Amino acid sequence: MTATRTRRTRSRETIEDYLLSEQQLEDMYYHMLLARRLNERMLALNRQGRAPFVIAGAGQEAAQVGAAMALKKGEDYVAPYYRDLGVNLVLGMTAREAMLNLLGKRDDPNSHGKQMPSHWGNVSRRIVTQSSVVTTQFLHATGIGLAAKLRKDPIVVLTSCGEGSTSKGDFHEALNFSAIHKLPVIFFVENNGYAITESNEKEMPVPNVADRARGYGIQSAMVDGMDCIAVYQTVRPAVDQARRGGGPFLIEAKCYRLWPHSSDDDDSRYRPKKELEEWIKKDPLTLFRSRVEDDGIFPREDLDEIEKRVEEEVRDAAQWAMMQPDPLPEDALTYVYRELS
Amino acid sequence: MTTMTVIEAVRSTLDEEMARDDRIFIIGEDVEAGGVFRATDGLHAKYNDRVIDSPLAESSIIGISIGAAHYGLRPVAEIQFADFIHSGFDQLCSEASRWCYRTNGDAYLPMVVRTPWGGGVHGGQHHSQSIEAYYAHMPGIKVVAPAFPADFRSLLKASIADPNPVLFLEHKRIYRLIKQEMEGAPAETQLSRARVTRKGTDLTIFAYGFMLHESLNAAETLSGEGVDCMVVDLLTLNPLDKETVLESAKATGKVLIVHEDTLTGGLGGEISAIIAEEAFEYLDAPIKRLAAPDVPPMPYHHAMEDFFMPNREKIAAAARALAAY
Amino acid sequence: MATVTMPQLGESVTEGTIIAWLKQPGDPVALDDSLCEIETEKVTAELPSQFEGTMGEILVPQGETVEVGMALCTVLEGAPGAAPSPNGHAKAAAPGAWSGGPMAIPPDEEAPAPAVTVATAPAPARAAATPVAGVTRKPDNRERFYSPVVMRLAQEHALDLSTLHGSGIGGRVTRKDVEAAIAQPPAARTTTDRTAGAPTVALPAQQRSAGAYVAVPLSATRRTIAENLKRSNLEAPQAWTMVEADVTPLVNLRAQEKDRFLKQEGVELTLLPYFTAAVCETLREFPMLNARWEGDELRHYQALDIGIAVASEHGLVVPVVHNAGDLSIAGLAKRIADLAQRAHARKLRIEDIEGGTFTVNNTGSFGSIASKPIVNYPQVAIVTMERVVKRPVARDDDAIAVRSMMNVCLSFDHRAMDGLEAGGFLAALKRRLEAIA
Repeated sequence: MTATRTRRTRSRETIEDYLLSEQQLEDMYYHMLLARRLNERMLALNRQGRAPFVIAGAGQEAAQVGAAMALKKGEDYVAPYYRDLGVNLVLGMTAREAMLNLLGKRDDPNSHGKQMPSHWGNVSRRIVTQSSVVTTQFLHATGIGLAAKLRKDPIVVLTSCGEGSTSKGDFHEALNFSAIHKLPVIFFVENNGYAITESNEKEMPVPNVADRARGYGIQSAMVDGMDCIAVYQTVRPAVDQARRGGGPFLIEAKCYRLWPHSSDDDDSRYRPKKELEEWIKKDPLTLFRSRVEDDGIFPREDLDEIEKRVEEEVRDAAQWAMMQPDPLPEDALTYVYRELS
Repeated sequence: MTTMTVIEAVRSTLDEEMARDDRIFIIGEDVEAGGVFRATDGLHAKYNDRVIDSPLAESSIIGISIGAAHYGLRPVAEIQFADFIHSGFDQLCSEASRWCYRTNGDAYLPMVVRTPWGGGVHGGQHHSQSIEAYYAHMPGIKVVAPAFPADFRSLLKASIADPNPVLFLEHKRIYRLIKQEMEGAPAETQLSRARVTRKGTDLTIFAYGFMLHESLNAAETLSGEGVDCMVVDLLTLNPLDKETVLESAKATGKVLIVHEDTLTGGLGGEISAIIAEEAFEYLDAPIKRLAAPDVPPMPYHHAMEDFFMPNREKIAAAARALAAY
Repeated sequence: MATVTMPQLGESVTEGTIIAWLKQPGDPVALDDSLCEIETEKVTAELPSQFEGTMGEILVPQGETVEVGMALCTVLEGAPGAAPSPNGHAKAAAPGAWSGGPMAIPPDEEAPAPAVTVATAPAPARAAATPVAGVTRKPDNRERFYSPVVMRLAQEHALDLSTLHGSGIGGRVTRKDVEAAIAQPPAARTTTDRTAGAPTVALPAQQRSAGAYVAVPLSATRRTIAENLKRSNLEAPQAWTMVEADVTPLVNLRAQEKDRFLKQEGVELTLLPYFTAAVCETLREFPMLNARWEGDELRHYQALDIGIAVASEHGLVVPVVHNAGDLSIAGLAKRIADLAQRAHARKLRIEDIEGGTFTVNNTGSFGSIASKPIVNYPQVAIVTMERVVKRPVARDDDAIAVRSMMNVCLSFDHRAMDGLEAGGFLAALKRRLEAIA
């Protein structure tokens, strides 16, 4: 089910201020909302004892959806990280698949129950499989960029991580190599303020991740990660430039992790309540809705209708997924090696 | 008929494979200039941007190879010395080894990581190590360690053709020490096949790499003393050819496993466990391991280095004692 | 005088080439003076002298490649105290001087450690290696320590291990000891029959109760035959076939002749000489059965040297009637009697048991009516004559008659012939036996 199934036909003409069409704006809202509602439903299932673990992206939907929409679906590669449900939805993952993934079901297209939830991967959608080890995917993206350059394929790779990951060696090795070889890689850092419990000041002595680009000779940008339209407008030119051979780009989206690190975490132990309350006011969903409403792009009832549709879709996905078959115990033994073809 | 050293076998194979398949590229430190052991000599001039110098960052060499292999290319990465591979351990262990498994076979990595290993070259702590056991422990990665030039050729080809990550270990001591006539030479063309290099009835020696040559030499010495040693070249260390291991252990009932890796947690432990579990009723003596002592490998001064490394004399002595048992 | 050797210029480098000599014989040499220029696959470098004095002899001419460690030139050391010996340090661990510790096997185990603890016990350093061959047997308790393979083989072959002599450390019975014991067939039963004893595989020791054993020292004759039978079973794919012959006329003939024969020839007349004669005639027709392997070569022989299996008190022997085809029935009877008698008296010479091209085995003397003999390696076929029994048989005219019937069994090495030849031989032999009257 996608956002195009609405009663009113949306215009595909670009609206000047937005650099996006009505249709794209609706898709944007739909994907952000779907990501949030899925995460909420997942957490509910966890609290009911039906899903062992949830790691969510609440507060980062704008960054994820805005960045992913700047890519050519099915052509460009992404090497995302575990919070990037929004990226996956934009690139084609359905609500039902997201729920299969949560429950580790046999037919989960990401890993068929072999990985924890939110460890994405889908070959046909060009979503690169990832582990729980952070930032390793930066080098995989670099390798894909190198391969594409060697083959002269006009594709771009977008890889993402949280700001906590930028302290790891692989981050620096990837930036360095990509810069040397001018590879078509977008390094997209979703700075959500926390690396589990550690706030930014404990992670780095510079105020911005983007500042680090200079040391590698990479272009960089910072953007309000709570504003989906702004994220799109920042990432899109960087993607286009990389596709033309302009080399890598580091983009830091300043956003906020509205939820605890995971379903196993209690953020009240380390996060000031006041800080959270301030950020909730900047919730990307509220921000987007008020802007398009104020600008008169969509009437309120249209947005309400999207809301209703997403809720139904999520309820259906959860119920459906719970009835799907589990993997067989002995599936644990399969696919250690790929057979010689 | 040409005679080839190990290094020539590696170089010629890389050249032939790159000419055959333009998806193959080489990445590593100093590879454009031919590499410190000259394994890629002349290849940059011939294949240009398909031979890529990397910064001194092993994790990136392996991580980038993973990405490129996922994309559909066939990277052959070179880690200058096996001793430096550990900063790429995470990429091999957490990523490459489980790429196929965690995607249920949707994605896979046809990549090779070549690296010179082993001691006896006055390389001290960080130019001498045996690293195979760390990687042989990882399901999802294949580990290959040939001993003869012909096997270097055929198994490097097989490794490049394999759709899984292969760690291809090249013992640096034999790079130029071992020469072989290339025509009609025995060559294993498939991974995970061990080979009985020398037949014998009194005891069975399992070895690989440089130690295979030392074991063959010891077997020759012992045959003059009436002791008939079977010598098995393991060739692929992961996944092991259990069938040949068991068959050759059963044939004599006396087993000596030789490696220059340190004793504890070395491959000898695994091989002896397989034999003890599945060939117990064929054993005629305790399974013996001849390995380097459990000290950080390996001391630099040649007196200590000689003491550390197993060699033909130590193998002969161990085999002699076992034969007499 | 000091010798300068080819240095190892770089890891993995095994040889170097002299590009140029920078010093000539007679030139003064100071410390670190460059003596020559060397090229290896990895580097090109000048070789600085570690000696002081006068350049001596150049041992490797320019342009030549030599291995690391080879002598390149000599330097006549001049200035006093200029140069110490090139290698200040003691030679590293001599072979065999490994002192246990982390190595799992003590390299020279003079006195064996207690049986089950060898694996980890570090041995003290030894001065010299123990000679390998003929491990000294010590009166420790290892004679009764049996390894898993020894136990298994003993069980499979119902061997009493206490009868075996151990060749391993401390007198331990090894796998090879057990395999050798298995290869020896159990001592053949004593029989009063003059010519008997089939080289068939005797049932192993289920028949023998535990403790009822005597270890029997094996004679050289016995070992030879055992070795041949083992080889036969290991190397030759053997097929077996049998025919039935109506020997009523032959039995009648022998009954008529036997008293006269004993009086005239001095030996008893049995069916064996008639049978042997028939075999000889048939072998002339089928020479591929009168053969031996010589290495990989199969040789058909003209001479008919027929082995006759004899079960003596000392075990089975197969003495050979040389040129049996040239002998009459009487001649055969005498030769066979002579060989059998000497077999019983252990008077057979080596030539008496060598060179057979085919073997005849009178298993009928045990009462056997069918047996599967083992080809007497390196021969390619063996035939048995089974016991003659009176049986009612249907004749060609469908009438039932009581006849003297004998089975004839043939084992042959299928590598040497096919069933066509073997079957042809047996059919022809049957015809001949039935025609004797």
